[in-house]
Amino acid sequence: MQIVLALVIGALFGFVLDRIGATNPSVLIRMLSLRSLGLMKAILLAIGVGSILMFGGQMAGLVDVGHMSVKTAYVGVFIGGLLLGAGWALSGFCPGTGVCAAATGRKDALFFILGGLLGAAAYMITYPSVKATGMLDAIAGGKVTLGTVPGAKYDGLMAMPGDVLGIVLGLIFVAVAFAVPEAPGGDAVPAPAE
Amino acid sequence: MTLNWKIGGVALGLVFFLAVLLVKPIGVSTQFVILDGIIADVVNPELVTKTDDGYTSTNAYLAKSGGKYAKSVANPLNYSFIFVIAMMVGAFLSAMMRGGNGADENKLPAIHYANFGDTPIKRYAIAFIGGFVVLYGARLAGGCTSGHMMSGMMQTALSGYIFAAGAFAAAVPVAMMMYKKG
Repeated sequence: MQIVLALVIGALFGFVLDRIGATNPSVLIRMLSLRSLGLMKAILLAIGVGSILMFGGQMAGLVDVGHMSVKTAYVGVFIGGLLLGAGWALSGFCPGTGVCAAATGRKDALFFILGGLLGAAAYMITYPSVKATGMLDAIAGGKVTLGTVPGAKYDGLMAMPGDVLGIVLGLIFVAVAFAVPEAPGGDAVPAPAE
Repeated sequence: MTLNWKIGGVALGLVFFLAVLLVKPIGVSTQFVILDGIIADVVNPELVTKTDDGYTSTNAYLAKSGGKYAKSVANPLNYSFIFVIAMMVGAFLSAMMRGGNGADENKLPAIHYANFGDTPIKRYAIAFIGGFVVLYGARLAGGCTSGHMMSGMMQTALSGYIFAAGAFAAAVPVAMMMYKKG
C-alpha cells in the first residue's frame, strides 16, 4: 500500500513541478534574481494551502497529527541553507526539480544529479568532522514548531495553539502570494511559452 | 504550457497536503544518500550489514539514528526512494504531454545561452558544481527545498524558516551576479 501511495503521490508531485515551470532552470534563475516571480507566487500559495488544509484537517479530526515530521533546528541548517541556495542559483536546480528536469530530457540535469551524488557522498565522508564542530547540535529546542500543536510530539516555541497559528500563517502565505508582483522590476519578461 | 500561478500553487499545495494526510511530509534530498549507499554497497558489501534489531553501516552517516539510512540502503523498495522514482515518471509524462522541452533547451537552457552563449560544456560544469554544492548543503541542513522549505514551513517548523532564510540569502545575490541577462 505504501508503495502504491509513493507511486501516486510522487508522480503527482513530479507532474505538478513540471507544470509550474519548476523543472526549467531559466524560470528558477529568473525567480531567484527577482525578475519574474510567478513561480514564487505559486510556491507561497502552495505552502499556504498545504498549511491551512493540514491544520484545518487536524482541528476537524480528519488528519492524523502523528503524520507531522518536524526537522531539528541547528546552526548547520542555516549554513547548509546558504550552500544549497548558492548551488541552486548557480545551476537553477534543487534536488527534486533536478531529478524531474532530467526526466524531461534536460542533459544539464544529468550533470546536476552526478554532482549531487558526489556532494552527498562527500557529506557522508565528512559527517564525523562536521558533527565534531557542534554545528549539528540542536538550538532553540531542536524539533520545534512555532506554536504548540495539540497532540503533536513536538514542543512549541510559543505556548499559543499551533494549529490556529498554522492556519493564520497559512492565510498570510496566501495573502503574500497575491501581494508579490509577478515582475518586480517592471521589465515584463513574459512567462516562457512552453 | 505552464499553469498560471494560482492553479499551479493550489495543485502543488494539494500534493503536499495529500502526502501528509496519507503518509508523511515530502522530502527528496535524503534519496541521493540512499542511492550513493546502494551503489557503494554493491562495490563494498561490507558497507551495510544486518544486526539483531535492524541495520548498521561502517559509514557513520548511514549508521546514525539507529541505522535508518542503512535500512533504506538495504531495502531500496521503500516509500521515500520509490517516491523519487515516481516523481521522475510524473515529470516525464507531463513533459511528453506538452511536447517536450525541444532539442535546444535540452542541450542548453535559454538563460545560460543568453548570458554565456552556445557553451554547453560550461553549462554542464556549472550544473555539476551546482549539484555538488546543493546536495552537500542539503545534507548538512538535513533537508532541501521540499523537505525543509515547503514541508517544513507548511508545518510551522522553526527549522524550515531557518533554512529558507539561509537559502534565499545566498541564492538571490548569486543569481543576480551570475545571470544579468535573459
